[in-house]
Amino acid sequence: MDQPTAVGYLYWIPLLPLLGAGINGLLGAALQRRLGKGAITLMACTPVCLSFLISIRGFAALLALEPERRFLIDRVYSWVAIGSLQVDVAFWLDPLSAVMVLVVTGIGGLIHFYSIGYMHDDDSYWRYFAFLNLFTFSMLLLVLGDSLLLMFVGWEGVGLCSYALIGFWYRDHANTRAGNKAFIVNRVGDFGFLLGIFLIFWSLFEAGHGTVVFREIREYAPLLAQKEIWGMGVATLATLFLFVGATGKSAQIPLYVWLPDAMQGPTPVSALIHAATMVTAGVYMIARLNFLFSMAPLTLEVIAVIGAATALFAATIALTQNDIKRVLAYSTISQLGYMFLAAGVGAYGAAVFHLVTHAFFKACLFLGSGSVIHALSGEQDMRNMGGLRAYMPTTFWTFAVSVLAISGAPLTAGFFSKDEILWQAFSSTHGSVSLWAVGILTAGLTAFYMFRQLFMVFFGECRADPHARSHLHESPRVMTLPLVVLAVGALLVGWIGLPAIFGGSLFEHWLEPVAAGHGEGHHGSAALEWGLMIFSVAVATGGFFFAYLLYFRRSISPDRFSSFAGGLPYRVLYNKYYVDEIYAFVFIRGTLLLARMGAAFDRYIIDFIVDGSARTTTFVSWLNGLFDNYVIDGIVNLVANVTFAFGNRLRKVQTGNINSYLYVILGAMALAIYLNWRYWS
Amino acid sequence: MMAIGLTHYIVIGAILFALGLFTVLTRRNAISVLMGMELILNSANINYVAFSHFSSGQIDGQIYAIFVIMLAAAEAAVGLAIVLAIYQLFHTIDVGAAQTLKE
Repeated sequence: MDQPTAVGYLYWIPLLPLLGAGINGLLGAALQRRLGKGAITLMACTPVCLSFLISIRGFAALLALEPERRFLIDRVYSWVAIGSLQVDVAFWLDPLSAVMVLVVTGIGGLIHFYSIGYMHDDDSYWRYFAFLNLFTFSMLLLVLGDSLLLMFVGWEGVGLCSYALIGFWYRDHANTRAGNKAFIVNRVGDFGFLLGIFLIFWSLFEAGHGTVVFREIREYAPLLAQKEIWGMGVATLATLFLFVGATGKSAQIPLYVWLPDAMQGPTPVSALIHAATMVTAGVYMIARLNFLFSMAPLTLEVIAVIGAATALFAATIALTQNDIKRVLAYSTISQLGYMFLAAGVGAYGAAVFHLVTHAFFKACLFLGSGSVIHALSGEQDMRNMGGLRAYMPTTFWTFAVSVLAISGAPLTAGFFSKDEILWQAFSSTHGSVSLWAVGILTAGLTAFYMFRQLFMVFFGECRADPHARSHLHESPRVMTLPLVVLAVGALLVGWIGLPAIFGGSLFEHWLEPVAAGHGEGHHGSAALEWGLMIFSVAVATGGFFFAYLLYFRRSISPDRFSSFAGGLPYRVLYNKYYVDEIYAFVFIRGTLLLARMGAAFDRYIIDFIVDGSARTTTFVSWLNGLFDNYVIDGIVNLVANVTFAFGNRLRKVQTGNINSYLYVILGAMALAIYLNWRYWS
Repeated sequence: MMAIGLTHYIVIGAILFALGLFTVLTRRNAISVLMGMELILNSANINYVAFSHFSSGQIDGQIYAIFVIMLAAAEAAVGLAIVLAIYQLFHTIDVGAAQTLKE
């Protein structure tokens, strides 16, 4: 690999949102009071727009280089320099991170604008934008970081901002619980991620080149090909750990449970964090380290299976949900499953392509639903909507375009990206027919529940209550303009990723320096690709038609299906397979039980010992006191009393009578003379 | 007839001393005590003179005796002053009366 080109402007891309977050975070309340919300808006939206412009500049710089040399680096300063571990704060722009940066700043910018309208009436306007900017900073750190360590800093940062933004309206405890759930489940995944980082560094260190910097890992990765640990290849184990982190951040089985609850946060947050950017971090990470994953076929299999399973699993749940945002949440989990399915069969480019198209149409869907919720003064249950097409035409049209895209209607962005994934799943050497079958089934279900949503919300008679209906209005331009931009993107972005039979994908070609040589070859002809494409269109049309019959024409009642087999399948799906309840029973109750056991241990045993020693000390002190009072004092008093008694007796010598004194003198004198005569003459 | 030798004078001195001692110890009248003191001192004088005469013909003993007489006089003066002070305090010169140091 050639030497990267050094530039000096990349660090502004994450720095500007950080400055915005800092100013809004520290001074926001005062600014909002003195200068109004307009100041906050300026302080928050300008950095993101500027970052977008700088990203475009970086992108242009990459275009100007030959494909093999498309790497820009901006070293800011040396962060860790311990022995052989050298990590700088450095930003790395290559085709992959350029794509991510454009998505994050571009779609992030649109969502910032949308939020101006959506959060207009909120008093904590400044706090919202502070966290939104902080999130943007963390996400940019994640995608631009040139080492696993810097990526992890961003990884944690987006988790923190996600927690803060989900629980934004913290006075309602349901929101704070959802925020907690997101953060804690993420943490479990992060543990795996950390183990992966440690394992990679440690094994490279043993091979003589310890590092966590991406390009260096890529260079020395072949050294790990033969290393084994605990009977498993090092690459396999490390990538499995890293994938655990990805399941947490990107809401795959088994760590997806936080995403539906995360819908408690404001809708723009759901759009940005839980559709377009944060949840895609796992996919980005795998694409970034694709060379490592390609060395671990077992992990790739696991990823593909979990991705496919998650896609199907979430799609089945989405069929029954009535909350407009819940449907989209499960849809996101399902589409992320597609991305992981693609990564698992070695089609990293297809995964990232789907990431980009999904960002457009999913953000548009979420923002559209936000527009609906906003217009209906907070109503989120689709059973209380309907017929909104007449009241909110812009929202309706953009939503419809995005529904077409996600269902894979021909020539939309979603069509090209999803079809690419299905084709790779079928034909790649890592793929299999069963994976493809799961994918195609999910596509059918996706078309069904998305059109179900479209019909329930925008068609038919309006079931909203009169109060909401009286306030029904199209959203302001600041909210509808981003919708239009995103919908246009959902239509047009697909054209950069044409399948081979249409002339080849510009996108894949663009990503080649990063992901080439690792996309596996496939067995399959052009005719097969055409056939599969037509088949998936047919399946999607079938899903659309079924939804049409049930929810538009109402010629079949949905109750026939919800009461099928005693209503049990419906209940299971509606209650999300009871996974949350199972987790609560196994993990949460288990943890609480451990906590209570620990508390009991502390209270009865530890405290018993401590109190016991205290009581023993008290008792010994009491004995000492007795000893001191009776024995010691007795002796002292005895001495005093004896002296007193003596004195009492001796007092009698002082008679005051001179004559007796003289007698004493005489006696003493006589004694002295006698003694003198007797003993000393 | 026996010659009057040193022994006789010493005996006289001793008898005088004993009498004086007896007086000091037993009399209740302060003046009487003082008189006893004089007797004791004078017995000492007799001793001095006797020894001076019988051991050497010098008059050293006699000179000492004069010193003692002078001392006796001074002492008597002081003693009488004390008796006067006691009388002023106790209004009696009975030595048994001054018992304020009695415990």
